[in-house]
Amino acid sequence: MQNKSIFRYSFLLEQLVKRNFNTKYRQSVLGVLWSFLNPLMTMAVQYLVFSALFRQDISHFPVYLLTGIILFSFFNECATLGMDSIVLNGPLITKVAMPKIIYPLSRCISSLISLGISLVPLLGAMLLSGTPLTPALLLMPVAAVMTFCFALGMALILCTLNVFFRDTRFLWSVMSLLWTYATPIFYPISIIPEAWQPIFRLNPMFQLIDFMRTIVIGGQWPAWGQWGACLLAAFLPLALGLLIFRRQEDKFVFHL
Amino acid sequence: MSDAIVEVRHVTMDFRLDRNHTTNLKEYVINLLSGKRRVETFHALDDVSFSVPRGSVMGLIGPNGAGKSTILKVISGIYRPTRGEALVRGRLVPMLELGSGFDADLIGRENILLNGAILGYSKDFLLPRVEDIIAYSELQDFIDMPLKTYSSGMLARLAFSIASVVEPDVLIVDEILSVGDERFQRKSRSRMLEMMQSTGTTVLFVSHNLEQLRQMCDRVIWLDHGRVRAIGDAQTICDAYQHESEATS
Repeated sequence: MQNKSIFRYSFLLEQLVKRNFNTKYRQSVLGVLWSFLNPLMTMAVQYLVFSALFRQDISHFPVYLLTGIILFSFFNECATLGMDSIVLNGPLITKVAMPKIIYPLSRCISSLISLGISLVPLLGAMLLSGTPLTPALLLMPVAAVMTFCFALGMALILCTLNVFFRDTRFLWSVMSLLWTYATPIFYPISIIPEAWQPIFRLNPMFQLIDFMRTIVIGGQWPAWGQWGACLLAAFLPLALGLLIFRRQEDKFVFHL
Repeated sequence: MSDAIVEVRHVTMDFRLDRNHTTNLKEYVINLLSGKRRVETFHALDDVSFSVPRGSVMGLIGPNGAGKSTILKVISGIYRPTRGEALVRGRLVPMLELGSGFDADLIGRENILLNGAILGYSKDFLLPRVEDIIAYSELQDFIDMPLKTYSSGMLARLAFSIASVVEPDVLIVDEILSVGDERFQRKSRSRMLEMMQSTGTTVLFVSHNLEQLRQMCDRVIWLDHGRVRAIGDAQTICDAYQHESEATS
């Protein structure tokens, strides 16, 4: 009998993650340094553009920006690359039997490693801007894993849709832009009219970034309400993604 | 039937043929609204049953579209059959269209690991054999270069070397391969025969070459329009098939 559990494929998962990582920076002079530089440079640009507008409202503005940028681009990378992973590996999926979830999963794990690396410049920015380092920072991996779960859930939904309708990628590029602006990354939630705020709070990425900021900038253990919102934001989409993916994965091979 | 390593039981495989070829949302919605979703069902396999004894070489013949590749994909686990089941009691390795799992940006050595993992080899199995694979492929001088610098012959040699290092329980071969230059072709063909003739490995293979089938197979399955037309020893089935092909042509 062929054992289809993911453990038999842990070596493949490892190889795919390595492949993603090795090809990402191949032929670039600075290589993995870009994982530090990218968020820092994005932060610098947004700081220049928005500091006049929002600096007074937000304490530790560079750290506030950087937290939002790092977490959101992690999510965006997982969703976008995960979405394409099944279609791009189509030639393989039609020839070798393996759990197909391995493709979006390996993409998201690669991005999680990049996220881990980009936490280093975040710590650097905290030290430079005099944000106190507190024990609450130990919760950072928890925030990262919850965001990972949400991002994987989205990747599973998007890659399934993308197999059946190749329009998905075009729709998503617009959607993700809208999502970026609808998430308080470079502005405070307080600029949103009071009546609209509950809707903005339904955004899982808002909850997850808010959780991270509570840890990083506030130096506090997040309130139970925040915990609840983030756990829901992480695991509900993941469960939905798994359900949709599992239901449809046997049909993928006919559409690749 | 405990000595059967592959058992195919009443396998039916229906393909839904979407006459409109919808791969975009607009067409899908339009077709849905106008009630024009023409979907036809095509029986690629219709109640196919057979079993393959351990260590035997089983050939598949039949005209194009008879379902030969489809049954191999069902056995490999790529297609889930509409009805029935295919049981495989052991490790199955598909002899791929060579190099499907390569990444052009990675170097040869990295591709050995990647491709091996795709074929389902474990880390413990593969790592000690990397040097053997490199030696067999005769690509020592190029193994640390990115694959995009390889010629197609070199790619084929590397792919064959990775695929043939294993001694699988079941080997799936869709048409016999000819890779590399003439010398490497001879080398790969004899390795192939060696794998086929070793008692441990069961081979399922598709070919249109009747001579090859007569030589190599113990038994042959004749598929026609998704049904098993006949199963028997290679000589008998090949003769019958040849007779009919000549009669109709």
